[in-house]
Amino acid sequence: MIPAVVADFAGTLPDWGVYLAQQSVNALQLGSIYALIALGYSMVYGVLVMINFAHGDLFMLGAFACMLLVAALPWHLPFVVVLLMVMLIIGLLGVLIERIAYRPLRGGPRVSAVITALGCGLIIENLTLVKFPYSQHMPTDLFVSTSFRFAGVTISTLQLLIIGVSAILMVALDFLIQKTRYGMAMRAISFDAGTVPLMGIPANRIISLTFFVGAALGGAAGMLYGLAYPVIAPSMGILVGWKAFIAAVIGGIGSIRGAVLGGFLLGAVEVMVVAYLPSTYRDLISYSLLLIILIFKPYGLLGSPPNVKV
Amino acid sequence: MVPKKLFCLSLALSSAFLFGCGQGGTPSVKIGLNAELTGEMPAVGASAKNAAELFVSQINEAGGIEVGEQKLPMELVVGDNGAKADQAAAVAQRLISQENVLVMAGPDASACAIPASEIAESLKCPMISPWSTNPKTTVDSTTGKPKNYVFRACFTDIFEARVLAKFVLNTLNAKTAAALYDVASEAPNAQATLFKEVFEKNGGRMVAFETYTTGDRDFSAQLTKIKAANPEVIFLPTYYNDVPLVIEQAHRLGITAQFVGSDAWSSPEILKLGGAHLEGSYFCNHYSTEIATPVAREFMKAYKDRFGQDPDDVAALTYDAFGLITQAVTRAGKLDREAVRNALASIQKYEGVTGTMQFQPGSGDPIKSAVMLQIKDGKFDWVANAEP
Repeated sequence: MIPAVVADFAGTLPDWGVYLAQQSVNALQLGSIYALIALGYSMVYGVLVMINFAHGDLFMLGAFACMLLVAALPWHLPFVVVLLMVMLIIGLLGVLIERIAYRPLRGGPRVSAVITALGCGLIIENLTLVKFPYSQHMPTDLFVSTSFRFAGVTISTLQLLIIGVSAILMVALDFLIQKTRYGMAMRAISFDAGTVPLMGIPANRIISLTFFVGAALGGAAGMLYGLAYPVIAPSMGILVGWKAFIAAVIGGIGSIRGAVLGGFLLGAVEVMVVAYLPSTYRDLISYSLLLIILIFKPYGLLGSPPNVKV
Repeated sequence: MVPKKLFCLSLALSSAFLFGCGQGGTPSVKIGLNAELTGEMPAVGASAKNAAELFVSQINEAGGIEVGEQKLPMELVVGDNGAKADQAAAVAQRLISQENVLVMAGPDASACAIPASEIAESLKCPMISPWSTNPKTTVDSTTGKPKNYVFRACFTDIFEARVLAKFVLNTLNAKTAAALYDVASEAPNAQATLFKEVFEKNGGRMVAFETYTTGDRDFSAQLTKIKAANPEVIFLPTYYNDVPLVIEQAHRLGITAQFVGSDAWSSPEILKLGGAHLEGSYFCNHYSTEIATPVAREFMKAYKDRFGQDPDDVAALTYDAFGLITQAVTRAGKLDREAVRNALASIQKYEGVTGTMQFQPGSGDPIKSAVMLQIKDGKFDWVANAEP
């Protein structure tokens, strides 16, 4: 009944070392997921200077989409195929939301767009709640996790999967943004949104692409999160969404590498506060620390002040 | 969106009833139900509503509730508190002042029952919470005196913590324990603190005492800390939807300690969500279907026939709360809140689904017993009875 630790490698570290290494693995897992979600906030902010508060709910839909896909499809699909399908579905949903809810407001006051985003999030959440009033369990056969011990540290294959998939997605994103023409166009829009269309770049298409990629990463994060914490509910996106947003701000919103750094930093702070201090103080201490960072770096760790145009 | 819909629905239902009664010229006995239909614990709200509807339809089929010389129909008014404290207080206000109910049943979650009880107390309307185990529901926390109009159909956290601590020490023969609970939630918080107190007073040692906040799903940091402290037992007084997450993560970390939980585990949903990871865990509950009395067996059958599933303890306790209300109204002999309150407080012995109960003199807490259950082969298995 209790999945046993299957294998034992490489002796063991001293107790404090095992403990620190174990908590570091925990932090890495949590940080990967925060980073994946934070990327979505940061990318959208980068191109539109807008905070997409529906992002946490797209994350939630990632988990539900995975559950529904596995239940609906008759074949036993490998993990990677399900992941790609979830990313495609949630990515298209992100594009759709931008098209019907945000684009008509693009010239309007910025606060309207933020409120619209919050509204979209609430609509998604409550629609899901109507369909799934009870918490659901993620499919168990999609990825069967086993645990092994390495130098005294217990690591599950699921943890490796989450950390590995997140890393691959982040490297792929970095490639897309730094090395391709689309990425160059995204960077151009975030640098100067007014001039870019004059240069013949289809700004709307690039914005749609940004939403697609951001939402797809959010969906992937939702699916990985659902596998790690397999009881899923329509409200699961709220808290995680806020935390990832904070991670994006700490890293410097608009900065891609900043979002990743912020995600891992938040994961590490949350885990390490619990590891070495009473867990009741976790949120108090971790968010005070993050506030202090913002006092010294108001634009976040890797963020830059907005361009001042003459 | 959902709460509003349900609110309209319950309004529509209640007005339909009102008109129906108005034509016949006979008044009805209006009972309010303040339930967690949406939000964090919809299974709790659904059980409460099902049991209340079952009770009301049964009593109306039998001709109604005896009040003085005549038999009056019972009428149910349901309000959804969304499992939120402020909404629970608002629903209480509406049920008591606008819907003018004679007695209010619910809310069930302590976080909702405590604010709602303040409203009931100030408006002098009798209230029975079927499932809220927090001492503060029936006791005024500023004066320390029992509230006059607030009752409950279940035992309290203090009693439950004592039962659990003794069970861990004497039956499981464990001397070290750890606890992990939601610090932002009333009942788990109280149960963990009380458990620690009783456990340590009787020779046990708490080696780790860890918390998280509502909505958290990652417990790996806390569990790694607990693993390092190496307890024999992990006490987990958390709601049914968090429990499977905690235990699954613990197993993934290689923790093999025995898990022990509170009555917050008792929804059958936990079995669906937790699967094999829950096998062998113990928890404290209000009743067990295995040692049911004839009264309980009759209720279980009627419930299963109507809703297609076994009643959980929320359903059983809600049914008992309505039974207590009915007996009190009949004894009062009139539709008067003050008279019903007095009749409720002086009930001698009520033979309910969850055992016999009567209220302690000058208090809204009943004298009754608890059961210890174990999760075995995907079912709740009776282990022992625990008397106060």
